[in-house]
Amino acid sequence: MALDISIGQYFEGSSVIHKADPRVKLISVILYITVIFLAKNMFSFALLILSAIALIIISRIPIKIITKGMKPLILILVFTAILNIFWLQGDTLVFEFGIIHIYLEGIMTAIFMIIRITILLIGTSVILTYTTTPIALTDGLEQLLEPLKKTKLPVHEFSMMMTIALRFIPTLIEETDKIMNAQKARGADIGSGGIMQRAKALIPILIPLFISAFRRADELSTAMECRCYRGGEGRTRMSKLKLRAGDVVFAGTFIVLGALIIIINIYAPGFNLAY
Amino acid sequence: MSIVELKDVNFVYGQGTPYEINALKNINLTVEHGSITGLIGHTGSGKSTLVQLLNGLLKPSSGQVLIDGTDIWAEPKKIRDIRFKVGLVMQYPEYQLFDETVRDDIAFGPKNMGLDEEEIKKRVIEAAEFSGLDSALLDKSPFDLSGGQKRRAALAGVMAMNPKLLVLDEPAAGLDPRGRREILGRIRTYGRESGTSVMIVSHSMEDMAKYCDRILVMCGGQLMMEGTCAEVFSRYNELIEVGLDVPQITKIAAALKKHGVDIGDDVYTVNFALARVAEFMGLSLDQIEGRLHHGS
Repeated sequence: MALDISIGQYFEGSSVIHKADPRVKLISVILYITVIFLAKNMFSFALLILSAIALIIISRIPIKIITKGMKPLILILVFTAILNIFWLQGDTLVFEFGIIHIYLEGIMTAIFMIIRITILLIGTSVILTYTTTPIALTDGLEQLLEPLKKTKLPVHEFSMMMTIALRFIPTLIEETDKIMNAQKARGADIGSGGIMQRAKALIPILIPLFISAFRRADELSTAMECRCYRGGEGRTRMSKLKLRAGDVVFAGTFIVLGALIIIINIYAPGFNLAY
Repeated sequence: MSIVELKDVNFVYGQGTPYEINALKNINLTVEHGSITGLIGHTGSGKSTLVQLLNGLLKPSSGQVLIDGTDIWAEPKKIRDIRFKVGLVMQYPEYQLFDETVRDDIAFGPKNMGLDEEEIKKRVIEAAEFSGLDSALLDKSPFDLSGGQKRRAALAGVMAMNPKLLVLDEPAAGLDPRGRREILGRIRTYGRESGTSVMIVSHSMEDMAKYCDRILVMCGGQLMMEGTCAEVFSRYNELIEVGLDVPQITKIAAALKKHGVDIGDDVYTVNFALARVAEFMGLSLDQIEGRLHHGS
């Protein structure tokens, strides 16, 4: 449709990662992100790249899908690279022209940052969003946060809200599309003119959209009440999550990876990242 | 010259992705000025896609869409002018209402056309009249109207642009029988009185038979049939085969034929059927109606 949202979209599959327990995947993502920020030199970054490639291969998600999801990131990557190359100062001058000084450290940092951001995105999307259905994800999150229930935090309600919000994203996108078409059919001019004009042009789209969202919310709550929904207390689950040996191994891999990277950081020579 | 002409039109959704869908295949058709055309087909047959091609909301993957003899994509920058020429009323149009008063909402289209205040005022009143909207409702908020009234307000919003072709996607969906009759009757009257060509998308064969001059039948992205109501509904068996229906009375005529009473294959309204029955029995129409009312 009009809006393309491949980022954060579930991609059907039956790989090891798809089958892993969502709780384990959530923890693994946190571990992986930590590991990514631990990497400080050439060799540890090389290991990171290898791990990302391994993740993609194991998940069996087509590389085309992943590169498509990366597109919105290009601007950020370019910006980061430029910032690092031109502003970072170091010891080894590579290029000098007027006020422009480019240092080897700047170039290296730029490369490292690009790798870091890219792997961050690949890691989170491959471990979580591409391979976990939104429902499984919120389910996992709810159960991970279960201990917080003791502090009177409405964990179930939060995760129900999240599930519903996620469920309605595609519906609302479709709705926006329809309303936009209807207003365009009446000659609405969307996306041209100055800022004020553009903001004004959004009114005929936003008002019907909000009204339909409220209407949907109302209908949904009625439908839920008709099916006797009354919050999380005493509610049982249809599918109980069970931790398997494979899941422990999966999360363990990331701990091992982290340990390896720390060792490499200490013992292997090579260019070291400033931050 | 015809109001609409499609030449070898193809349309593919998501071209180049794994989710490619060929929604329209080699469509060739013409719609004459001032006619009321019905577009039938079941869900997913490409009706809504076709309709959105007519006012340039979608661009054909290949082929040409001619409105009033000019290719609408000859100058892509002027596509907005085409939208004023071809008024499209989408499905459930009441969900597009947004302004503070019904009057302002109906005026949205004409305002976008850049007309002056006087002209806009005149058009709003005209359109409200055509769509059967009580003028007392014009200063109310569109959200205070009933479902049927909202539908009419939305319809008036498109009529007020004085399009040359009015395209309606399921204009009677979700209305009760009286609401259906009213709104379809209004649309037909509007077409006849203003000389606007009208195209109605619908599932209801009875409605099509009653309100349209010509019928287009879509099936699997292709144009399957094209002709007058009599021509299309006489191909009874083909329609049933692809999962579409024919008017009840056409079915009755077919059943009668099986029992040796042939009143023709092209029967699609009750009055027409009565005339044929009278002819068959060698009686006048008045005699038949007299018998009907006296229950003999």
